[in-house]
Amino acid sequence: MHLHKYEKIWLIFGIASLVVFLSVVGISAFSHGHTPAGGMDTIDPKKVNETAPFDNPGVTQLDDDTYQVAIVAMAFSYTAPELKVPAGKEIIFKVTSTDVVHSFTIDNTKVNMMVVPGQITTKSYTFDKPGKYLILCNEYCGSGHHFMSTEIEVY
Amino acid sequence: MIAAQDRKLALWNIGVAYIAFLIGTLCGLLQVFIRNDALQLPSWLDYYQILTAHGVLLALIFTTYFIFGFFVTGMSKSLGSFGPKVLLYSWIGFWVTTIGTVMATVMIISGEASVLYTFYAPLKASGWYYVGLALVIVGTWISSFALVGHYVVWRKAHKGELSPLFAFMTITTIIMWIIACLGVVATVLFQYIPWAFGWVDTINVELSRSLFWYFGHPLVYFWLLPAYMAWYVIVPKLLGVKVFSDSLARLAFVLFILFSIPVGFHHQLTEPGISNFWKFLQVVLTFMVIIPSLLTAFSMFGTFERAGRKNGGQGLFGWFTKLPWKDVRFTSIFVAMAFFIPGGAGGIINASFQLNEVVHNTMWIVGHFHITVGTPVAMTFMGLTFWLVPYLTGRKFSKVMQKLGFIQIITWTIGMLLMSTSQHILGLLGAPRRTAYTGYNNHPSALEWFDGILTNHVTMAVGGSILFLSAMLLIYIVVMTMFLSPKAELEADFVEFPMADSDKEHTPKFLENWWIWIGIAFALIIIAYAIPLYGMIHHAPPGSEGFKTW
Repeated sequence: MHLHKYEKIWLIFGIASLVVFLSVVGISAFSHGHTPAGGMDTIDPKKVNETAPFDNPGVTQLDDDTYQVAIVAMAFSYTAPELKVPAGKEIIFKVTSTDVVHSFTIDNTKVNMMVVPGQITTKSYTFDKPGKYLILCNEYCGSGHHFMSTEIEVY
Repeated sequence: MIAAQDRKLALWNIGVAYIAFLIGTLCGLLQVFIRNDALQLPSWLDYYQILTAHGVLLALIFTTYFIFGFFVTGMSKSLGSFGPKVLLYSWIGFWVTTIGTVMATVMIISGEASVLYTFYAPLKASGWYYVGLALVIVGTWISSFALVGHYVVWRKAHKGELSPLFAFMTITTIIMWIIACLGVVATVLFQYIPWAFGWVDTINVELSRSLFWYFGHPLVYFWLLPAYMAWYVIVPKLLGVKVFSDSLARLAFVLFILFSIPVGFHHQLTEPGISNFWKFLQVVLTFMVIIPSLLTAFSMFGTFERAGRKNGGQGLFGWFTKLPWKDVRFTSIFVAMAFFIPGGAGGIINASFQLNEVVHNTMWIVGHFHITVGTPVAMTFMGLTFWLVPYLTGRKFSKVMQKLGFIQIITWTIGMLLMSTSQHILGLLGAPRRTAYTGYNNHPSALEWFDGILTNHVTMAVGGSILFLSAMLLIYIVVMTMFLSPKAELEADFVEFPMADSDKEHTPKFLENWWIWIGIAFALIIIAYAIPLYGMIHHAPPGSEGFKTW
């Protein structure tokens, strides 16, 4: 198959760029731990309210530098008492749903988690700046989808 | 001109495509006005019904019917008239798809299926919605096998010969489509339908999502490949040159069979139930599918330069001015290609693993959609429509129509630039997709999103309104060339099917050995999917009951 000289240059340049992109993404993910939200834990969607940590949703301090925030999403709200977490500490979000698929998305952060019934989504995040952050659902979940929101305060 | 029966088949397909286009774009217009709070819907209609109709009718129905109309015409042109069996099965396919479309549409309108075109479980629509969608797919399979049959007859009569490029590309697209649909057919038949009709109580949600996206990404290539066919086969003819390289064109297409399917997890990067290893593996495979697009970009600009120089273009860029800009058939497709440059680049961003968190399910994705399927694909189809419909009806494409065609594509370009730019920026700011009008109780962050020069409620509405006017102009052109324009009588008045010559003397024969490509495709699919899907089935949590939350 004949390849024009310029086409070879173009393809080598293109493929090399892709390799560079993938390396950046891959190294950042697997050696610096910058992986997207996920997790392999499962849960019975009908027994969420009796299963730890969702039987006691909200903020729990795990140790000096780590906090866990458990959230239950349902159409069209998030069950969690007042959310207040400190800046500069690792916050581990754990979210699940009792009904349909939702998201747990904190505006102005990289916290953008799909919430799937039967699964527990986990994401670790450290807030830099104090303030009040909007939390919203960005996966269509029904007629009240656009009202599904809450707030988290970072102090 | 191709046989009358084949023309009729193609015209019916294109006709249904444009009925879907009419309703779908009207829904789009309503959406931009609801989102800027200028329009209150009556109580019997809601935003998500309209959104579902917009997605299903434009992304699934308009594209599919138009593609088959184009395939039928091109296959008849390049391989000869259809035999009676091919015609019969094509019509059966057409009607099965149409019955499915009507069923799904009725369910959407009656409010029984406000689940959007992704129909994620455990949102539970009426079972008949899923049956309708299944019929749409089955119908396309029947039509596909009819075209494959036509191709097989030709191959048998031309032993040892490579098929014409158009036919080769049609078969490539169909092979990819059939393999891709296995996922959605599996989930709809074995998960959704038994669950929606109450034969089983629960559904495995994560499995259904993964099977959907196994289909969902190649679906976008099912839209894109016919557009690429126009770029490879039609554009050179409009420019008066041959296909840049027959073998590279075929190579690019078979690479799409291999790499467009085992990549669906890049739509599920921020969700649980799939480990990072499998997500990342599919991200790597997603990047492979960029290579045939790079090949395509080179071939296109190579074709342009050859044509421009042939017409007397001098210097490094002089050829650019010598392209046939006054020919709406060319200019429309050129603009379509230009949109695919940011569109494709945006796709690379979306698929970049953790970077996806920044844009996932934001308005950015909506903007991305509109500068990939909404313009590169749709405007290529518009560029084809300008000659395809009068070619099939034997009517004239007058100077006035040519002018209207230009106004139509220019307005589409302006409208789309306004709307998609606004959507991209809004998404980066954090505004979610698929939402009716909301200010989140006037939360300061939400108010900030809509406070920019481009990111306010007016820009999107202006863009959307221009797009709708453009769509109506296109409908006018279609109606005129389909039913009302004067019949061509003189030789010079007949519109031609511009199919470029392609030198296949040096093209390696193995490119048309489908079993190689199908075999590798399945091997890649098994590598990318077998273990994670097995895990989803064997480590499944208790299933979910259905919910009707609308």
